[in-house]
This record gives sequence, C-alpha cells and structure tokens, in this order.
Amino acid sequence: MSTDTLTIGKALNLGLRRAMEDDAKVVLMGEDIGKLGGVFRITDGLQKDFGDDRVVDTPLAEAGILGTAVGLAMRGYRPVCEIQFDGFVFPAYNQIVTQVAKIHARSKGKMAMPIVIRIPFGGGIGAVEHHSESPEAYFAHTAGLKVVAVSNPVDAYWGIQQAIAHPDPIVFLEPKRRYWEKAPVDTDAMPGPLFASRVVRGGDDVTVLAYGPMVKTALQAAEAAAEEGRSLEVIDLRTVSPLDLDPVYESVRRTGRCVVVHEAPVTLGLGAEIAARVTETCFHSLEAPVLRVGGYDTPYPPSKLEEEYLPDLDRVLDAVDRSMGF
Amino acid sequence: MTALRETTEVVDPVPGADAPHLPQQPDLIQLLTPEGERVEHPDYSVDLSEDELRDLYRDLALVRRWDVEATALQRQGELGIWASLLGQEAAQVGAGRALRDGDMAFPTYREHGVAWTRGVDPLHVMGLFRGVDNGGWDPVATGFNLYTIVIGAQCLHATGYAMGVQRDGAESAVLAFLGDGATSQGEVNEAMIFAASFAAPVVFFCQNNQYAISVPLERQSRVPLYQRAAGFGFPGVRVDGNDVLAVLAVTRAALQAAREGQGPTFIEAFTYRMGAHTTSDDPTRYRLASELEEWKLRDPIARLKAYLSRSGLADQAFFDSVDADGDELAARIRSGTLELADPPGTSMFDHVYAEQTPELAAQRAEFEAYHASFEGGVER
Repeated sequence: MSTDTLTIGKALNLGLRRAMEDDAKVVLMGEDIGKLGGVFRITDGLQKDFGDDRVVDTPLAEAGILGTAVGLAMRGYRPVCEIQFDGFVFPAYNQIVTQVAKIHARSKGKMAMPIVIRIPFGGGIGAVEHHSESPEAYFAHTAGLKVVAVSNPVDAYWGIQQAIAHPDPIVFLEPKRRYWEKAPVDTDAMPGPLFASRVVRGGDDVTVLAYGPMVKTALQAAEAAAEEGRSLEVIDLRTVSPLDLDPVYESVRRTGRCVVVHEAPVTLGLGAEIAARVTETCFHSLEAPVLRVGGYDTPYPPSKLEEEYLPDLDRVLDAVDRSMGF
Repeated sequence: MTALRETTEVVDPVPGADAPHLPQQPDLIQLLTPEGERVEHPDYSVDLSEDELRDLYRDLALVRRWDVEATALQRQGELGIWASLLGQEAAQVGAGRALRDGDMAFPTYREHGVAWTRGVDPLHVMGLFRGVDNGGWDPVATGFNLYTIVIGAQCLHATGYAMGVQRDGAESAVLAFLGDGATSQGEVNEAMIFAASFAAPVVFFCQNNQYAISVPLERQSRVPLYQRAAGFGFPGVRVDGNDVLAVLAVTRAALQAAREGQGPTFIEAFTYRMGAHTTSDDPTRYRLASELEEWKLRDPIARLKAYLSRSGLADQAFFDSVDADGDELAARIRSGTLELADPPGTSMFDHVYAEQTPELAAQRAEFEAYHASFEGGVER
C-alpha cells in the first residue's frame, strides 16, 4: 500500500500522469498546459515527460480544442481537454452539445467519443467575470454526456483515471477553490465506481446533498449542527449525470428531510431535478419539502459580493432549520 | 506537383470581381471547357485511361439520376426533405475519386456524389432523409464520415482526425467538405488555424455554389474564397467545379501534398447550385432565372459528354447503356426507399451511451411498459 498526502491539484496531476502511462492513446489538449503546466499547474511537468504530441498547447480556441478532439477520438485517441475556466467553455458549447454528445448515437454505436473535458468550476477565488461559474446543469441536460464533480483528492486521483478509461464523453468538474485541500490518497486501492454517490457523514435528522466544492461546506454545516444537537447525514453525489440517488432515497426514508446544496443558480439547477425525483420516490417518507440552497438567479456577481452569493455554512443551516420547522 | 505550394499570393480585393456571371477568370483552373474542349494547364494534368474517363461520366450521370429520383420521392411524400446536388456532380465526383483507400472524408449533408464514390449504399443516405436514422453507413469502413448538419462543424473533426493520422505516422490524407456559407463560421476558421499550426494532412474542399440558402457569396466574403488560405499560411486554389477532370487533378495534388507532410490546402470549387437549397426552398425568391440559364451552359455532365463524343471515346450505345443503368439504379432506390422500415421505438434509447446509464435503462423500460399497457399493446 502506498499512501501520500496530496492536494486535489497534485492528485489530478498524478492521476493524469498514470493514465498517460497506462494508455499511449491518451492525449492532453488545452491552452497553456505545456510548458506552463496550466494556469492551475494541473498538467505540470507532463509535456516534459510525454512530449508535445501528447501534451498539446493548442491555439487559443475552445471550439477548436473540442472539435479536433472529436476527430482524434474518431481516429482512436482518448483526448483529455482542459478548459481554462468554467466561463470559457461556451465557445466550445456547440461542439460539446451538437457533436461530442451525439456522435455515438448518430453512428448507432460505430463511433465512440471517449473524451474527457476537464473544467475548473465554481467561485470563491476572488476572480473577475467568467472565472467562477457552475455550468453543470447545461451539460447534465444534454443526452450523451456524463458529468462528474469531484470533491476530494482521492476522487480526483482515481476519478480522472476512471473518466479517461470510460468509453463515453465526460465533463469532469474540478472544484477550483479546493485545489489546495489535502488528504491522504492510497494510490493502490481504487475507491469504487465513478458514477456512484457516497455517504460521507452519517446522521439521522436531515439529509444534505452536495457535490464538488459544496461537499466541504456541507460537512462544516454538519459539524456545526452537531454542536446544537442536530444530526445531519451528508452525501457527496460525486456524479451529476447520471445521478446515483439510491443512497439518497435510503437516507431520506430515514430522515424524512432533504436539503440540496450547490453553487449554481437554483432555478432549473440540479437541486430542482433531485427534489422532483426524491419527491416521486420518497413521497410518503417526507416530513418537509425538499429544499434547495444555491446561487441566486443573477449573473455571478463581482468578487466583493461573492460571499453573499455563494451558499455557506449559515445558509445550509438556515435551510436545515426551515426543513425541521415543517 | 509543386505548383500548389506557390499559389498563395494575394491580389487586391475587388468587391464583385468574382461575381458568378463573369465568364472569364484567369485564376480558374480548367482542363475541360464548358464546350467540352480539352485544354492544358501549366500546373495540373490528369492522365486517365479511356475506361476511367467513361467511368467518370457514368459516376456523374448515375449520381444525377439518383438525385432526380430522390427529389421525386420527396415530392411524393416518401422523404421528409432532400438536399439536391444538381449542378455540383463534377465537384463531388472529382473530389471523391481523388481519395484513396485509407483516406477519410468529412461531408456536409449534400455530398451524395462523394458518398457514391466511397461505395456508400444510396439507400443509407435515403434513410437519413426519410427519417429512419441519421445515416446508416459505416463511417469507418467506408472512410466517409456521417453527414454533419451543423454548418462547418466537421472541418474541426477532419483536422483532428488528420492530427491523429500524423500521430499514427500513416500515409493518409483527410478531405473536409464545406460550402461558401461555412467559410463565415468561426469553427471553420479555427479548423484552418489548427490545421496550419500543426501542418495537419487535411484538405479543405469548399464547393462555392454561390448561395448559402438565399444569401449570395458577396455577404460572406469580400475576397475570392481561395485567397483566404493565404491568411492562414497555406495554399489556396480555385478550380472550375463543373470540370470533373480539373477537380480530380487539383484534389489529387492537394491530397498527395498532405500525405507527404506539406500540410493543408484550401480548394475552392467554383460551381453553382442549380436546384433549390433543399426541397423546402424556393430559389425564385432570391435569384434570377437568367443566372440559372447561364450556368446551364456550363453543365458539368454535358461538357464531359461532348468531349467523349467528339473525341470518339464513347458512342451512343455507351450513353444509352449509362441511361439504362441510371433507370435501374433509380428503380432500386425507389423500391428500396419504400421498403425502409420504421425503426422500433426502443432504438432511440440504445446508443445514447456506449455504457448505458441506469437512468436511461429505466426510461426505456417505462417506455416499453407504457406501450404494453394498451389493450393489444404491440411490442415497440
């Protein structure tokens, strides 16, 4: 057994390295990912070791990155595309939605699209416009794509390798403000399947669901609630599409209460879909409506306001209070 | 063939200078005049046997016969829509016949003539326009990608595929099809940038048929399209798109240059969409009948027929046999199209993912249960 304490960023770097060692068809593509190692240094050192045919500094054109990745995938390669920031994925949106997502179905399975689209997502880093967004619902709404959102170094290390080995296109969301969070990572033991949610803290009173950067917030809220004698069960969804809600249903049947937390705006966000499904499946067990805590239906605000915009411990606890009040 | 590498100089843009009605174009590569006269070009030539020349005629004539039949089938309600290639047969057959085994073509939705040269069963194309699937042919086995309907998106796929060819060290080339309207798309420009920066073995084959549905070329470009290539740093050439011999020669040379590592070429095949954009379109609203009449004088099939007849390469018996083959093909397309079965409803769930999700599997089961719930419910 080999265990190291790694940040999420370093875990991703080592996971990418291992995926490239395991499969010569893996090609990394993106802006500034070569010599610079990416603006977050996630690909640090990879071009030096694997060459510029496998770690490609592309022209500054996101549609170009995704569109050429499609062609490379058709030729048998496994492209891993880095989108520099969440708000810059939209120039590539056409390729992702009309091509990447549909080619397997269009070809009746004759052409696979094993493409991973890595996107640092979410706010909390004091950035300018377009650097703090949570676009997951756009992709989860598109048939043919799968969407995962990791929250910790173990899932980062293993999840990126699982995503690269997977035959379908995956939008791989990385919690940019948590890149520097550390945890021990066992680099020998794969922790389980990619598309599975996980109970990360047991509890009896309210089920709190989160993914990506909000998992830590949910766990902090659970810690604080415990001091007041309330027991929150926290589930890290890990996968946004497909959703793995069986552990959620099991939990809600016990607690009767459910709060969904994400940074993305609440209207038509993942929370809305999850609320509908939990209501359909656990209707007779619910003591309160499923509540959503998320961003407001505004453009992501200037950074001096982002603390007001982003869900935090207090807003999660407020929702827990409202749920308990029904 | 080094001439291709040297044709990048840009002339001063003169708006309207390349209007389609202008008969004389010094930069137009031609080996067969509209009157069917064989002419020489200093940089391009084709050396075809008599059989090969007759085969090209047969290709052109059969592809047109297919197109006529498909248009009729749409009018009779048997196709949802049809995108006619009328007038563009030489551009497509010439480009398609320039490809070799191992090469890959990335078509738009109008490249039926290229499909024909790649051995795609016309019925697989008909299935798309009838609505039974999105194209039933095998893109890998035929070296002919599925039709891409979003304008220009396939140019990036072609470029990426060519980047893969490079990494494989293969001696293959990639042919990306696009139209004049597509040259305004950002993705097409990005494709040319990627292709240039990585010297990818891809050839951009633009059929300038003068209209993007209703909008004339002048709205897309102030300069002749082939001159755009210079700005990207690779050669651009303009060929008479209604001259199958010139298209074949120019495309062969460009593909060979790509295979030899010389990077991309942009080919503008100057042609004319003699029919409507699709069967849903009405070109009388945006262009003059006289323009069409002018272009009929440059018909791609008539000129090859005139050449073959005049030079004694084909006689009336040959042309009659091609007509008979055309009628046989049309009959097969007609009966085959009418026999194309509607797909089962469950098939829409089947290839969304390579690895089916539990969510979609559940929806599929619900769909089946719903249909089974009707009295005498039939299996979908």
